[in-house]
Amino acid sequence: MQSMGDALGLAVALVLSGDADLLEIVLLSLRVSLTATAFACIVGLPVGALVAIGRFRGRSAVLIVMNALMGLPPVVVGLLVYLHLSRSGPLGFLGLLYTPTAMIIAQTILIAPIVAALSRQVIEDLHVEYAEQFRSLCLTRTQTVQALLWDARYSLLTVGLAGFGRAVAEVGAVIIVGGNIDHLTRVMTTAIALETSKGDLGLALALGIILLGIALGVNAAVQSVRMAAVRHAYV
Amino acid sequence: MLFRILSVTATTLALAGAAMAQDQSIIVQSTTSTANSGLYDHLLPIFRDQTGIQVNVVAVGTGQAIANARNCDGDVLLVHAKSSEEEFVESGIGTARTNLMYNDFVIVGPDDDPAGVGGMTDVQDALSKIAEEGALFASRGDDSGTHKKEMLLWGDTEADPTAASGDWYRETGSGMGATLNAGIGMGAYVITDRATWISFENKQDYAVQVEGDEDLFNQYGVIPVNPEKCPSVNSDAAQTFADWLVSDAGQEAIADYEVDGQQLFFPNAPEN
Repeated sequence: MQSMGDALGLAVALVLSGDADLLEIVLLSLRVSLTATAFACIVGLPVGALVAIGRFRGRSAVLIVMNALMGLPPVVVGLLVYLHLSRSGPLGFLGLLYTPTAMIIAQTILIAPIVAALSRQVIEDLHVEYAEQFRSLCLTRTQTVQALLWDARYSLLTVGLAGFGRAVAEVGAVIIVGGNIDHLTRVMTTAIALETSKGDLGLALALGIILLGIALGVNAAVQSVRMAAVRHAYV
Repeated sequence: MLFRILSVTATTLALAGAAMAQDQSIIVQSTTSTANSGLYDHLLPIFRDQTGIQVNVVAVGTGQAIANARNCDGDVLLVHAKSSEEEFVESGIGTARTNLMYNDFVIVGPDDDPAGVGGMTDVQDALSKIAEEGALFASRGDDSGTHKKEMLLWGDTEADPTAASGDWYRETGSGMGATLNAGIGMGAYVITDRATWISFENKQDYAVQVEGDEDLFNQYGVIPVNPEKCPSVNSDAAQTFADWLVSDAGQEAIADYEVDGQQLFFPNAPEN
């Protein structure tokens, strides 16, 4: 039986050894998931804001769908993207299957609904406070959305982090569209799945601990940016 | 803003396309045993040194590998289920199938051997005994090469394991490694290829219980994907890879691969 302590020791040793393969996998994980988070925010934040301030027929149905899509199973997203990017699929001519781009596409689809649904809630709450003021200033819809997104930027960072967390932790989608190809599409989660299937549970757990460390690092970085910005704002 | 995003996306796509055209690279749709045992880590650098071709391996079960190749999502198929492979070639998606190498399947079980099959060399007798005793048996249940082989072997016995599915017969629906992890976790017998077993690192108190029956023979084959059916395949590089595997150099490289001093795969391509 592998103990947590052994795995922790192995994780530390792996990190200290500066193993080139490990670094490659870590960097690809970050590249794929951070890019997907950026795209998901570019799409999700405006959509969330528009739904938040909009009053239209079928709005409650849209809210239910948006919230439900937060529970999209990664493996289903992976399958859908696979079917589209496969050489026999409609987008097969692009030759994107088994590339990091395919993984970014899959993760973007996976987390855009999370970003949209959570930002919708954040911005709607904020909009309730400001609605009167906006009306008195006769702001256009675009100006309103811009003002709200800017004002809620620190809360929206957390929304982005929630999306990133989901992306960097999922294995179901990237293993289908990426194929877990060594030196090409292998990321932390697919490497963990591979080591588990090889029965090397200690190494798998050590990689898991490193992945947790990465998530911690990203969150700490965002948190410090946020705190610096807040301090700056009140100086 | 939107324009900028689109242009970034377009540049990314163009770069990806250019990279594809420049480097010779192929995708091999492969069974897991060859990848998990480390065989490719041994073979592919040798092949790349000799030809400059980068081989990217997608390791999935034989059933999924064949399905992916059918969708033209691979240049070469390397699996171990002869009848499915022949079907693949007959349907025109594969150009030709060549025997590549073999090893054998074994039944592994816990040291206390609840069904008392240890040392048996007739696999059908051993399976019948496991079924009679109602001893736990973990099956892949995923249409992989190993699963197809297992079902063939059960077919030669009187037992009907799927009728006991969920009882003593446990279908994990997962890969070989995951099934071994699950089987070992619940104390079940598992049928596995020897290569995966030797290189598996979570054996605990498990050992090979049944081996040596010629019905446990495990043949691997290699098939290039047909460019007439799949225009996107890199057929020259795919053929180069397939030819190299069955050449003297490739066969020697396969024979040279050992884990813990044991040879995992035995080359048996037809003499050229």
